[in-house]
Amino acid sequence: MRVLAAMSGGVDSAVAAARAVDAGHDVTGIHLALSRNPQSYRTGARGCCTIEDAGDARRAADVIGIPFYVWDLSERFHEDVVEDFVAEYAAGRTPNPCMRCNEKIKFSAVLDRARALGFDAVATGHYAQLLPGPSGDIAMHRAVDESKDQSYVLGVLTQEQLAHALFPLGDSRKDDVRIEARSRGLAVAAKPDSHDVCFIADGDTAGWLEERLGSGDGELVDGATGKVLGRHDGTFRFTIGQRKGLRIGRPAADGRPRYVLDIEPVTGTVVVGQREALSVDHISGTSPRWCGATPSEPHHGTVQLRAHGTEHAAVVNVSGDTVRIRLLEPAQGVAPGQAAVVYDGSRVVGSCTITQAVRHDPTRAAAFEPA
Amino acid sequence: MNQTATNGAGRASVYLDHAASTPMYPEALAVMAQQMASVGNPSSLHASGRAARRVVEESRELIAQALHARPGEVVFTSGGTESDNLAVKGLFWARRAQDPRRTRILSTAVEHHAVLDPLHWLADDSSAVVELLPVNRCGRLETEALRESVEPDPASVACVSVMWANNEVGTVQPIHDVVEIAHAHGIPVHTDAVQAVGQLPLHFAASGVDAMTLTAHKLGGPYGVGALVVRRDLELTPLLHGGGQERDIRSGTIDAPAIAAFATAVVMSVERQAEHAVRMAELRDQLLRRVCEQVPDAVMNGDNDCAVTNRLPGNAHIQFPGCEGDSLLMLLDARGIESSTGSACSAGVPQASHVLLAMGADDVRARSALRFSLGHTSTQGDVDALVEAIGPVVERARAAGIASGFGVARKAG
Repeated sequence: MRVLAAMSGGVDSAVAAARAVDAGHDVTGIHLALSRNPQSYRTGARGCCTIEDAGDARRAADVIGIPFYVWDLSERFHEDVVEDFVAEYAAGRTPNPCMRCNEKIKFSAVLDRARALGFDAVATGHYAQLLPGPSGDIAMHRAVDESKDQSYVLGVLTQEQLAHALFPLGDSRKDDVRIEARSRGLAVAAKPDSHDVCFIADGDTAGWLEERLGSGDGELVDGATGKVLGRHDGTFRFTIGQRKGLRIGRPAADGRPRYVLDIEPVTGTVVVGQREALSVDHISGTSPRWCGATPSEPHHGTVQLRAHGTEHAAVVNVSGDTVRIRLLEPAQGVAPGQAAVVYDGSRVVGSCTITQAVRHDPTRAAAFEPA
Repeated sequence: MNQTATNGAGRASVYLDHAASTPMYPEALAVMAQQMASVGNPSSLHASGRAARRVVEESRELIAQALHARPGEVVFTSGGTESDNLAVKGLFWARRAQDPRRTRILSTAVEHHAVLDPLHWLADDSSAVVELLPVNRCGRLETEALRESVEPDPASVACVSVMWANNEVGTVQPIHDVVEIAHAHGIPVHTDAVQAVGQLPLHFAASGVDAMTLTAHKLGGPYGVGALVVRRDLELTPLLHGGGQERDIRSGTIDAPAIAAFATAVVMSVERQAEHAVRMAELRDQLLRRVCEQVPDAVMNGDNDCAVTNRLPGNAHIQFPGCEGDSLLMLLDARGIESSTGSACSAGVPQASHVLLAMGADDVRARSALRFSLGHTSTQGDVDALVEAIGPVVERARAAGIASGFGVARKAG
């Protein structure tokens, strides 16, 4: 196959590209310039993003022995990922930009262009496995290395996208990938993993959002009593389930910590309360993306509600664009905007964007689940 | 004389990027290797030093003779970027020091970044008033615009910098007019002639320019060496301070092996210029004609009148509607055909060419062009290979352009 290897400049994508070569593919490396960081004295400068990362990717391509180019996707990335990120926070939700990038950039803009240019697939350094599926299709499974598994952020990929994707690291452990990188002579073998939002260089997400959204201060309100406990300087600083950084002077009456229960962007109110009030057992989602066939019957499986989150046993019902999830045990800190990724064992069934989480009410029957 | 160009991977390639760098003449390579085996700092006073110095001074004389300058006017530098920086900054600082009213620098919007970026920097750092004069649709400076800028207030102009010929679209600039307008008011003129040496007839003294940039690797010499040919009586503030080499204008140990090879290449390229220009122009015209036969909607950028007085003979700059330049480049590269989209920044991101934008192209047009530049190793086979590949490559790049919405206005904000 002719394979386009997306190379971030990190160790994973470098080893993934090398493995694609070993597998006999005709591989071309590309680095995606995603950030708009105009250099001084360059008129019309576009997308000169982290020059060091591009350089690391180039050196890895040299060592692997493949051609290498930089693709400027800064415009698309800005429109589809960065603007969406800002808009979601402005709406009081907690977005997942990596997922959005996979859906809109890596396996859409890049894959479409690659296929038109004559490539058969895009290879990335994601930790997830592509295996033969139940009905002859391609099934995406969790990676062998559970601590590195990235199937959650790939849960937005459709069968068409998966059919043109390669994840050469899915069967490996990260430690072994680093050892392999070293033995291949790749200088990025010891490069630290990236964690933060890639387009916020200094990692100060709140500061970055404040520049774009203004301070947007408002009240901190006790969810049980309705009493104003204090003020905050921006709803975008909070996510459902957050405990730290509430800066409420007085402790709660019972001395227990308080958590963010709700964010109301229009009034700028952040509602806080006790941990129990975070428990939800019914979740509504929208914009579903199915890796294979849409589940037609109620799906008994598990859901993961945030990156690196735990799995929750659940029953999932799909009705058009709406997904209803009933958790068998309550979960805590479910934030609208995040994705609920549905699993069948280790297999990813699909995902939806969480729009609403309904508080656990022990007295209520399972009326939420349609018959 | 026809070397087979090989790319870094050792593969024979169809090399159509001579404007970026052209292969070294074997003669220059031999001179360089020979000189590198000799010890001696040209500034040392012993026999070895004198021998090295002799090589440098003979080289200086050869270059001066070839370009119709005096040996004392040749200041060796590390190449085009340094020469441009030295000329623009050195002239501005020296002229303003003589008369603080001289705050303006006049140049064009199509200069190389080695001129534009120092100008922007001078504006920020030294309060220079930089005026980038407009060009016409061919990329040629409107002489009247220069006149209109100079004449109301000539006393405020520190210097004028206009390239001899454009590196992207090959347009030859009206240097003689520029000199005439500037010199009428005693304003010195710098020109970046990096692309012109060996391509066009070039006479430093007759041209009247006060300072002229050249670089070795664009004319068959090695990387990392070049010169600023500069009139003796023109005061320049140096960029590099140190041992006082090169008339105190450019300190730094003199690179005798590179300079010897540079001189060999200048002499050879100037000697062969007339014959070379005819051969390049024939190949280039054929390339343009046959590529346009394969891709009927392809459009040539630059001056349509390809006479050597108007356009560099080895330059073909073609726009392929609906194609992204970097898709074309990549697809051609995969077939062993090497071309250029214009300028790329250090991360390798293709930029919309400021030259094409200045010529009135919009962003999409500016990003859908490729430059093919011919040089002394170019052959009929190179043109044949491009003509054979270009049809399918454009078709594929167009499909990719459609797939990625290239040229389609996306949602605003």
